[in-house]
Amino acid sequence: MSSSGRSNHKLWNQKLMLPYILRRILIMIPTLLGVSIIVFFMLHVTPGDPAELLLGERATDEALLQLREHLGLNEPLYIQYGMFLKRLLKGDLGETIWTRQKVWIEVKQRFPATIELSIAALIISCVFGIFFGIVSATKQYSILDYLSMIGALVGVSMPIFWLGLVLMLIFSLHLGWLPMSGRLSIGIELETITNIYSLDALLTGNWAAFKDAVWHLVLPAFTLSTIPMAIVARMTRSSMLEVLKQDYIKTARAKGLSRFAVTMKHAFRNALIPVVTTIGLQFGVLMGGAILTETIFAWPGVGKWMYDAVMQRDYMVIQGGTLFIAAMFVTINLVVDVLYAVINPRISVR
Amino acid sequence: MMVTMKKTSNAEDRHPFWDQADQLRKNKTAMAGLIIILVFVVCAILAPVLSPHNPIEASLYDQLKPPVWYEAGTSKNLLGTDDLGRDILSRILYGARVSLLVAVVSVGIAFFTGSLLGAISGYFKGFIDNIIMRIMDIILAFPHILLAIVMVAYLGPSLKNAMIAIGVIYIPRFARIVRGSVMEECEKDYVAAARAIGAKDMRIIFNAIFPNCLGPLIVQTTLGFASAILDAAALSFLGLGAQPPTPEWGAMIAMGRSLILRAWWVMTIPGLAILFAVLGFNLFGDGLRDALDPRMRD
Repeated sequence: MSSSGRSNHKLWNQKLMLPYILRRILIMIPTLLGVSIIVFFMLHVTPGDPAELLLGERATDEALLQLREHLGLNEPLYIQYGMFLKRLLKGDLGETIWTRQKVWIEVKQRFPATIELSIAALIISCVFGIFFGIVSATKQYSILDYLSMIGALVGVSMPIFWLGLVLMLIFSLHLGWLPMSGRLSIGIELETITNIYSLDALLTGNWAAFKDAVWHLVLPAFTLSTIPMAIVARMTRSSMLEVLKQDYIKTARAKGLSRFAVTMKHAFRNALIPVVTTIGLQFGVLMGGAILTETIFAWPGVGKWMYDAVMQRDYMVIQGGTLFIAAMFVTINLVVDVLYAVINPRISVR
Repeated sequence: MMVTMKKTSNAEDRHPFWDQADQLRKNKTAMAGLIIILVFVVCAILAPVLSPHNPIEASLYDQLKPPVWYEAGTSKNLLGTDDLGRDILSRILYGARVSLLVAVVSVGIAFFTGSLLGAISGYFKGFIDNIIMRIMDIILAFPHILLAIVMVAYLGPSLKNAMIAIGVIYIPRFARIVRGSVMEECEKDYVAAARAIGAKDMRIIFNAIFPNCLGPLIVQTTLGFASAILDAAALSFLGLGAQPPTPEWGAMIAMGRSLILRAWWVMTIPGLAILFAVLGFNLFGDGLRDALDPRMRD
């Protein structure tokens, strides 16, 4: 493609990009409405009195009456849903049953821990996944290729909660190399800014806390990263194989470029686009996996909070947490799609 | 009869099924997967015959026996016992039944509901299609397994509800495949021909179009078995699926968790069982995909 052609294309894409983003946001609205309907009606199709479910068995009659009034439980369902939506739009997710705190505040407290864990897991899965994918593709049908592809298959076939426990058994309990649970050791002081501990430690220049926070991250992040790592490795391999077949790779080799330069500069950069999309799609896997991983490693994030809520039947937390996670997930997918359209000049935004 | 049989076995007009079967047979990893699946199914079916002990009967004198290769282990309990003295090997064998049941039932729910919705969507298009696909989008708006956890939290923890929940979250996968194929096939002449001779909509969908998307559906079913086993184990691990004393692999891991230091085998062995069963379906599913659905090949 000539350079003028390319800039035309860019211009054309820029002109269409804004409507494309707006359209995607518009499509998001019915999906989120649907999510809220599901979350709302699940509480109401559950046998039993919603007020009692929300307040727990030991609630006083007065409290029940008050909640019925507040939620309008005596009104018809569609009006109740309207009120629920109105509260949602104001950012009111209700109060938790056990701690009597705003659900939104609890989400905000716990979300940074989940973000920290997910990002660490994503970094691990990208680094190793891409590495093994490239090695596999450049040495197709070699022992290395077979081993890493079998490893990838085992990775997606493994129950991650089990892997987490096995890693804990080996690395914390037997070898004593890594901490078993939590985010920081007792006695380590850290001034929190973002509540992402490793970042906070860096920002405040607190090296001891940084090392400790990263140390605590290793096992849970590695556990959470296995499935995305396997998926990224397989995607990188197939995408690289596709590209390595192209004529321009032969040309680059014929020009006398080193194998390494061809692999990295010519092949990998072109193979990257489907890989980036795959990586973007892994957030869903991470969010779901976070519930299991956080539970095992007592990682105080949104996942463990949701699990505790399920165990204690705190339906307000389940409701609010589900809405929050689904909204995050839909938004991240939207961002990934838009970024994909921006990165890839070949995709038409129409 | 003989003549026609011979004729069809000619290389030229051989049914493509045989080519696909050949390709699958030559695929070593797929065959390894098939063997694992067969072992798993045989264990599930013959569990009462193969199990040396009753899987739910506690035996207080045999608590936490290690596997046979340890000095303290005995041939009475080859893989050791748990804290109630129950034989782990027997529980693993019976656990195969539970996992197979979960896989078949939940993927079955997803297969039938998803195929039906997808067929309706792709055939009638327009408004109905829009509604159905938006509902699928909503299911997909929940990160994997979260919706299942939430559903079971509301419906109440039980194996039945776990199967329903997993079935529901898998519906979109099947609906999308069928919808796509139906849309594609609807453009073709044979559908127009069927319409011209007055065939009814349902007849066209199920007799003419449906067989054409069987390939990808079979692949998705096999891979669905793998993830259903994993997800059911995860739900049971969280206490939301099979309830004690049901010998379910995920629940066994949850129980062994507190014994992690004293008796590693209680937790580790069920995990290996899950890994092998899931690996079997994944290996075979990948091989099937290569053979049946060249478009989706890696």
